[in-house]
Amino acid sequence: MSLILSSAPHVRTKDNTQRLMLNVIISLLPCLIAGVYYFGFACLIPVCVSVVSAVAAEWVWQKLGHKKIRIYDLSAVVTGLLLGLIVPPSAPWWMMVIGSAFAIIVVKQLFGGIGDNFLNPALAARAVLLASWPALMTSGYNVGKFDAVTTPTPLLGSASLMDLLLGNVTGAIGETCKIAILIGFVYLLATRTIRWEIPVITLASAALLGWLLGTDPLTTVLSGGLLFGAVYMATDYVTTPMNSLARYLYAVGIGVIVVLIRKYGSYPEGVTYAILLMNIAATLFDRIPVQRIYGHTNAKKEGK
Amino acid sequence: MSEKKMNLGKVFMNGVITENPTFRLVLGTCPTLAVTTSAINGLGMGAAATFVLLGSNIVISALRKVIPDKVRIPSFIVVICMFVTIIQLVMQAYLPSLYESLGIFLPLIVVNCIILGRAEAFASKNPVVASAVDGIGMGLGFTLALTLIGCIRELAGNGSVFGINLLGTSFQPMLLMILPAGGFLVFGLLLGIINSLTNRKKGGAK
Repeated sequence: MSLILSSAPHVRTKDNTQRLMLNVIISLLPCLIAGVYYFGFACLIPVCVSVVSAVAAEWVWQKLGHKKIRIYDLSAVVTGLLLGLIVPPSAPWWMMVIGSAFAIIVVKQLFGGIGDNFLNPALAARAVLLASWPALMTSGYNVGKFDAVTTPTPLLGSASLMDLLLGNVTGAIGETCKIAILIGFVYLLATRTIRWEIPVITLASAALLGWLLGTDPLTTVLSGGLLFGAVYMATDYVTTPMNSLARYLYAVGIGVIVVLIRKYGSYPEGVTYAILLMNIAATLFDRIPVQRIYGHTNAKKEGK
Repeated sequence: MSEKKMNLGKVFMNGVITENPTFRLVLGTCPTLAVTTSAINGLGMGAAATFVLLGSNIVISALRKVIPDKVRIPSFIVVICMFVTIIQLVMQAYLPSLYESLGIFLPLIVVNCIILGRAEAFASKNPVVASAVDGIGMGLGFTLALTLIGCIRELAGNGSVFGINLLGTSFQPMLLMILPAGGFLVFGLLLGIINSLTNRKKGGAK
């Protein structure tokens, strides 16, 4: 019998990066199935290319840099899957390769790899693709009765609430069917992969501000990529603030910016930019002190 | 004589490689980011800056014992202004399209920190010939860097280099590269690559 000596913690859980990432992947499957249902099997091409090239980019980078190969933690799969689900169904394969490589190498690995990226890699890649090939990223959403070329999802209220809920609208592959996203959300909550605060506060603040500005709250929540962004993107562990007050403010910030961009911005949808902006601000929010430490005085006051 | 020649060679290579103004000193980043949307813009900007650098280094070096220390910066600026005015008028007369595309960044060479930096750090302390060589070296280093960035951004963002289409008509240009964000991306990545290469070299020497 071997005696194992180790320092604390002695009580362990089965949770590790791989397990958490697997949970996220499972929770994304309903969205993927809904995407296939509405857009046909062709929409699997961008998703698969994105996943494969994200993992390949991670492997190549770690191999060339003589680093530990970490592709088995599945984080690259999640990044690739998320990116695949937030592009139009007709996205060409080469665009997905560039997007995934950018997400993994520039956004994630150059800043230190998993845990050190300051932006959500999939969203940053989407922003790059949107700025680089605006025509390819905003057309090709047409499906079924929506044969006219439209911008990401009918944000101007041409679809009924039921269609929005079921996903019978134009949009990116994974973001249209709200039921599927809600199933994924419930799964993530049940497995304690994410907490409910960020998505709920994001949606609530967007709905409230939208209502004040004259939009039906349900339409605000159900249209566009807001629900998908709030559940899967805004809750990324690495790019959210650490303490709870900061996290609430971060979530409110996302909701407010989304509505402001939709209402006053030149883009029809602003979830990508709202989350990226708040990602950058996350470290600043973390400076908000949660507790006054007893006996600790403000350095400035002391100086006086 | 041979020692002096080698010294000049060193001064020259110092500007081009060892202390490349863009990649090693990280000076003059404003024109570096702003005008390098195409290779020809980068080359034009580099050439204009080289001319000004050469002229101002020579004049400032020749006047280095006449200029009082207290008013040296205004004096340098006046000298630099003169050469910028010359290159601006020449370019407007003979290269109007380049003049148009460089726009405000051409007169802004006056406040380019490479030029003022070399006047302060080198020309005001060294003889005329060495200052001229330093001006050419630094200018060439700047030109090479700008042209390299311009080539990469033009190739990715427009599919061409120096206006010659290289990637065919089926190529979908990556618009981001000729937007300001692309400038920061390419510049940052090149800085990183060059730093890691030189670090590796140093590590090997030790």
